[in-house]
Amino acid sequence: MREAIAQAHREEWARVVAALTRRFGDLDIAEEAAAEAFATAVGRWPADGVPPNPGAWLTTTANRKAIDRIRREHRRDDKQKEAQMLVDKDPLEPLGVIDDQRLRLIFTCCHPALAMDTRVALTLRMVGGLTVPEIARAFLVQEAAMGQRITRAKIKIKAARVPYRVPSAEDLPARVSGVLAVLFLVFNEGYLATGPDTDPVRHELTAEAIRLTRLIRALMPEDGEVAGLLALMLLTEARRTARVSANGELVTLDEQDRGAWDAALVAEGHRLVRERLAAAVAPGRYQILAAINAVHTSARDVRDTDWSQVVALYDQLVRLDPSPIIVLNRAIAVAELDGPEVALAAVDRLDDKLGGYHAYHATRADLLRRLGCSQRSRAAYDKAIDLAGNTAEIAYLTRRREQLGS
Amino acid sequence: MQYLVSVIDDQTGSANPDEMAAINAFNDRLQAEGHWVFAAGLGAPSTATVIDNRNGEAVLTDGPFMESKEYLAGFWIMEAPDLDVALRLAADGSKACNRKIEVRPFLGD
Repeated sequence: MREAIAQAHREEWARVVAALTRRFGDLDIAEEAAAEAFATAVGRWPADGVPPNPGAWLTTTANRKAIDRIRREHRRDDKQKEAQMLVDKDPLEPLGVIDDQRLRLIFTCCHPALAMDTRVALTLRMVGGLTVPEIARAFLVQEAAMGQRITRAKIKIKAARVPYRVPSAEDLPARVSGVLAVLFLVFNEGYLATGPDTDPVRHELTAEAIRLTRLIRALMPEDGEVAGLLALMLLTEARRTARVSANGELVTLDEQDRGAWDAALVAEGHRLVRERLAAAVAPGRYQILAAINAVHTSARDVRDTDWSQVVALYDQLVRLDPSPIIVLNRAIAVAELDGPEVALAAVDRLDDKLGGYHAYHATRADLLRRLGCSQRSRAAYDKAIDLAGNTAEIAYLTRRREQLGS
Repeated sequence: MQYLVSVIDDQTGSANPDEMAAINAFNDRLQAEGHWVFAAGLGAPSTATVIDNRNGEAVLTDGPFMESKEYLAGFWIMEAPDLDVALRLAADGSKACNRKIEVRPFLGD
């Protein structure tokens, strides 16, 4: 029974919240009524049995809860309530995308008028169905502060009338990439958790990010970047268990036990990458990143890696997004193709932009180590350890530093 | 739904002739498309006077209520069905007047 309720929660939460938001024009009412409906299920299903159509049962129950609440509040101030409702009477513009109410919900939660932190929190609450304490824990924020952040967002959405719909065709590409940025951020926080007191890899966050990306993929199957992000996440997630050693140390790609990778996730990721290649449309950054990961995960041994292909893909990525972090990652691949000396020259040019970024110093430390410059390498490891937040990464960098000769 | 669209300035002096022409064209468009409610430019902050009559004895202070590097230089009041439309208009407005802009909803009635 617990499992049946958990499954209904996973599958139906976003649908129930979306349907209620559409009907009542109010995220707060929708969220509260959905939560009450699930609480009712927890009380009733063990005795009555799981209803034949759990989604319909939950939506009906939530509708009833919402109407109860509105009646209660109408008695207090019925005119005001009516006026504040966020209504969507306009028929959807024909956009050629599937109109699913959950898609509207996602776009509203990821609206660019909200701060990034807020978009992440609101998406996890409204679409992902995580509770406020769960989200607060995930981002190491006080529960009250997280609750306030979500409440403020709901008030802004209502007061400023953030629309509840799929954006117009001209806004769509930018808005989709805004949604993907939110999901990628959730994934990355799970994959390389930054807190000193958290697990180094937080599977609950990577899993939630993948689940929501799968949902968007199902809703927008034609979007190349959605497919690209999903492939990127799957190919990264496939390596999760190989990425941290038994004693809690980060294991770099070249030292991972490739037999421990999740073959099913790798295969699914590769399928998506092939699908995008076949589409023959100029790829965006997630598709290129996915392709780079496909090259890595195609090599049974690190020595089989096609580094010229990796560098060529990074060249393509730099043309699209010449940010210093991309240039840094390109240099790491260049080290394998042209040697650490060439790579170091490229990395050193990034000093003024990436001086505060741990991966910059970790990369320099590794290149200097390979070039036999122990002293300079040690200084770079010191800086990297100082700036790194992930416990497994700190353990790895510390061991590497201790192994340096003098 | 009405939005207050404020023009934020950090330099002295009103719009130059090019900016003025762009603003006029933008205003014409707002009127033609039914978004226009009102718009105005404001005098420099130094021309403001603050008055406090809460105690029944009006006290006047020379200058704006808050000294800051950035100040309100003018504003539009626009009619728009939702924030997406208001933001798109404001983006064009920012380009026309060549300044930063704040979009803020009026309280619902």
